[in-house]
Amino acid sequence: MLRALHRWPGLLALALVTLLAVSGAALSVFPAAERIAAPQAEEAMSVADLATRIRSAHPGVEQIRRAPSGRITAYWFDGGTPGSAVIDPATGAGVASADPNPLQRWLTNLHRSLLLDDAGRIVMAAGAAAMLVLAVSGLALVARRVGGWRRWLAPLRGPLAGRVHVELARAAVLGLLLTSATALWMTASTFGFLPDEGPPPELPSAVSGRVGAPLASMPRLAATPVSNLHELSFPYPDDATDVFTLKTGDGVGYLDQGTGATLGWAEPSGWERISETVYMLHTGQGAPLLGLLLGLTALGVPAMGVTGLSIWLAGRAGRPRIRDNAAPGRAETIILVGSEGGSSWGFAATLHAALTRAGQRVHAAPMSAFDPARFSGARRYLVLAATYGDGDAPASAKGFLDRLDRLSAVPAAPVAVLGFGDRSFPAFCAYAKSVAAAAETKGWRLLLPFETVDRQSPQEFARWGRALGEALGIALELDHQPVRPATSTLTLISRRDYGHDVQAPTAILRFALPRLCLWQRLTGQGFARFEAGDLIGIVPEGSPMPRLYSLASGRRDGFVEIVVRKHVGGLCSSALTTLEPGGTVAAFIRRNPGFHAARDRTPLILIGAGTGIGPLAGFIRANASRRPIHLFFGMRHPDSDFLYREELEGWAAGGRLRHLSTAVSRGTRPRHVQDALVADQPEIVRAIREGARVMVCGGRQMAAGVAEAMTRILQPLGLSAEILKAEGRYVEDVY
Amino acid sequence: MRSILAALALTTALTLPGIAMARPVTLTTTLKNYGGNGAYLAIYVTDPKGAYAGSLWMAGTKSKYYGHLSDWYRATGGNTAEINGITGASVGAGRQLAITLDLADALFDAGYTLHVDAAVEDMRDSPNEIAVPLTAKGAGQPVQGRRYIANFSYGM
Repeated sequence: MLRALHRWPGLLALALVTLLAVSGAALSVFPAAERIAAPQAEEAMSVADLATRIRSAHPGVEQIRRAPSGRITAYWFDGGTPGSAVIDPATGAGVASADPNPLQRWLTNLHRSLLLDDAGRIVMAAGAAAMLVLAVSGLALVARRVGGWRRWLAPLRGPLAGRVHVELARAAVLGLLLTSATALWMTASTFGFLPDEGPPPELPSAVSGRVGAPLASMPRLAATPVSNLHELSFPYPDDATDVFTLKTGDGVGYLDQGTGATLGWAEPSGWERISETVYMLHTGQGAPLLGLLLGLTALGVPAMGVTGLSIWLAGRAGRPRIRDNAAPGRAETIILVGSEGGSSWGFAATLHAALTRAGQRVHAAPMSAFDPARFSGARRYLVLAATYGDGDAPASAKGFLDRLDRLSAVPAAPVAVLGFGDRSFPAFCAYAKSVAAAAETKGWRLLLPFETVDRQSPQEFARWGRALGEALGIALELDHQPVRPATSTLTLISRRDYGHDVQAPTAILRFALPRLCLWQRLTGQGFARFEAGDLIGIVPEGSPMPRLYSLASGRRDGFVEIVVRKHVGGLCSSALTTLEPGGTVAAFIRRNPGFHAARDRTPLILIGAGTGIGPLAGFIRANASRRPIHLFFGMRHPDSDFLYREELEGWAAGGRLRHLSTAVSRGTRPRHVQDALVADQPEIVRAIREGARVMVCGGRQMAAGVAEAMTRILQPLGLSAEILKAEGRYVEDVY
Repeated sequence: MRSILAALALTTALTLPGIAMARPVTLTTTLKNYGGNGAYLAIYVTDPKGAYAGSLWMAGTKSKYYGHLSDWYRATGGNTAEINGITGASVGAGRQLAITLDLADALFDAGYTLHVDAAVEDMRDSPNEIAVPLTAKGAGQPVQGRRYIANFSYGM
C-alpha cells in the first residue's frame, strides 16, 4: 500500500515534478541576487525620511514599494510621462530599472502555471500534491527500510540506485515537504479558497480638505521604519479629498494629506499573516538563504526521479509476469512471495499457472502486501519465501512478520510455507523458518508441514507440489525450469598454480572485469558492485546448475579473482583449473552481505585453510585504512600450497596485515590452523577484547574445529564462538 | 482580439430617469508591450458629480487582485456583484480587448465619464489609467493611457 502510494504518484507525475523542481531551483537564486543587488536603507530610517528624499528627486511620485529583499521601488508621473526606478534610499534617486526581469517572469509563469494560466495552475498544483504524497510516503518507506524512525540515518545497503535514492531523500525530504505544502497553500490562496484577503479599511467619510502637510510631520510615517514598509501611495495631485494609503507589516490605512492624521487602520487577519509567511517560505522573498537551501533540495528531485524509475524497472525486470492473476478479493488461493533476486517469483509463476490450470482462482502477491482483509475469499495461503543474508527478510517480504504479528486473529484459511535457500549457507532458509515458526506461534492452521527447496531444485519443488495436490485433492505437477541468472562472460587474464606436489592442485584465477553498460552501473546490477566475500556463480558447460565460489577481490581492485581447487570428477573445478589465459567462463554475481568485512576500524581475526584464504586475502588487500588484521592460515606444505605468499609478505610490510600465523599439516610437526590459534591465545584474547570480529572461511570440518578451539581460547573471557556468532562478531563461509 | 456582447451592461446596471433608448457601443482597448503579465482592467462610469455610476467590464477573474484596481475598488467596495456576468480574462501585453455592449443614450453628452483602472503583477498599479467623457463627438477618438494602454476608444 505504502509502496503503491509512493510508486504511482512518482511515475505518473515524474515529468511534472521534475519540471517544478528544476524551475523552482532556478527561481531560488533570484531572491538572493536581489538581496545582494538592492541598496538597503539605513537601520533607523523612517518612511517619512525615505518619502521626503524620493519626492525631492521625483516630485511627481505616486507610489513607493519595498520588497521583502529590501529593494525600494518608486513610481512617478512627471510631465505627463510615467517613470519608475529602483531607489537608493540614501539619496532618493533612481539607480536601476524597476521593470520585472523577463527571465524571472517567464520562469515564474512556467513554474506556477506551465505558461497556461489557470488550467496550468491546476496541473502544477496536482504536481505539488504528488510531491507532497511522495515526500510523506517516502518518509514512511525510509523509516520502514532502515527499521524505524530512530534509525533514520542508519547506513544503507543494496543496489546503488536504491542507496542514492534514499540518501538524497534523507537530505531533501524536509525541504520538499515544505515547498510542496506551501505551494498548495499558495494555489488555494490564488483561487480565493482561503479567507486571507481582508477588506481594506473603510475610506474616511471626512477629510480635512487641506493639502500639503510635510511628509516629515505625519506621525505614522515618521514612526514607521523603512524595514516595515510595504507600500505608500500618494494622493492624486489635485484632489483635496484624496488620502495617502500606507501598507506596512502592521496593516493598511489612510493618512490625511492636510493634517497627516491617520484616518483609518486595519490590521491583517491571522489568515493574511499565515499567507504572507507561506509566501516567504515558498519563494524565499525575504528569506533568501532559506530560498537557496530549498532550491538545492529541489535539485535532488530529478536525480530521485531517475533512480526511482530505475528501481521500479529493475524490480519489474526481476520478476516474471504472472498471467491471469485473479483479483485479491476473489481468489481462493493466495500465493505470497518473498523474493530477493526474483527466482522465487519464477517458482510462484509455475505454481500459479499449475493451480490455475486445475481450475482455481489464484492471486499472487509479494509477502509485503500481506493483508487478510483484502483476501476475503481466501481458502488457503501458500507462502514461498527466500532468505536475505543471515536470515533477514528478502526484499519483497519486508514487514511481513510485523503484519502477521499485529493481526488480532490469524486467517481461518490454512497456510503452507515453502522455503528457498542454499544448504551451503549456515542460515539455510532461516527467514522462511522464522515465518513458519511465527505462523505456528500465532496458531495459524498448517495446510502442509514446513518444507524447503535447496538450490532451486526442480525435483524438491515438484515433490512439494505433489504433496500440495494431495492436500487439495487435485493432481498437481509442478514442472519448473529455473531461470538461469543473467551471466557475463569473464576472460581469464592470469593463473597461478599451487599444490601439485601435495595432491591438492589449486589455482588463483584472475579474470578481467566485464564491460558494463550504463544501466548496470546505475542500478548496481551484475559486476557493477561486488566485494571480497561475495559469491560468484560459474555455469560450467554441460550443466545448467551454477557452482558458487567466494570472491577474493572487489570491484575496486579492477579484476575478478577466485581460488579454485580441482576436485576429482568435478565438472566445474576441472574446467576452471585447466582454463588458460584468454579462455572464458559464464558467470554472475551473488551478494553475500553476511560475509563482508564491515568498513570500520575494529580489528579482524581471519581464519582460513586451503582455498578458504581467497576472500580473506581480498579483505587484507582492501584494508587501505590499516585496521589491525590477524590472519591464521592452514596449508599442507609451505613450498607447495602457500597461496598468496608474496602478496602476504608485501601486505605485512605495508601495514595492511598486522600479524600472520601459518599451520602446516604435512611434515615432521603437522599442525592444523586451530593449533595455530591455540598457540597465539594471548594475541587473540587481546584482539577480542578490542572488539575484533572473527571471519572463518574453508571446509566444514575445519570450521567446526576452529569454533571448538576458539571457544576454549575465549573461555577466560566468559565468551564462546556461539556467543560471538549471536552478536554477529563471528561469521563463517563454509563449503 | 475578442468581441463580447454584454447586453446587460448599463441598461440594467444603471437606473436612469427616462431611459428609453440604448445603442450598441464597442469599447476597444489596446495594450502596450509593457513587459509584464496580463493586465487586469476595470472599465466603469462615473456621473457628472464624479460618483460611481456602474461597471461596464472587468478583465481579470481573481477577485483577490481587484484591490489593485484601487479607484474601482474604492468606489464599489470590491463588490463582485457589480461585475456579475461582465467579467473576462485578463489582457496580455500588446493584446487588444474589444467589447460590444448596449449603452443608454442618456449617458452621452450628459457629463458622464468612462474610466479604466489597470494593474499588472509586480508592476505599478494604475488607477484612472483612462478617464474620458462620454460624448457623441468623442466617439471613435483614440485616447492614450497613462502607463499600460496604448489607446482606447469607444465607437457607436
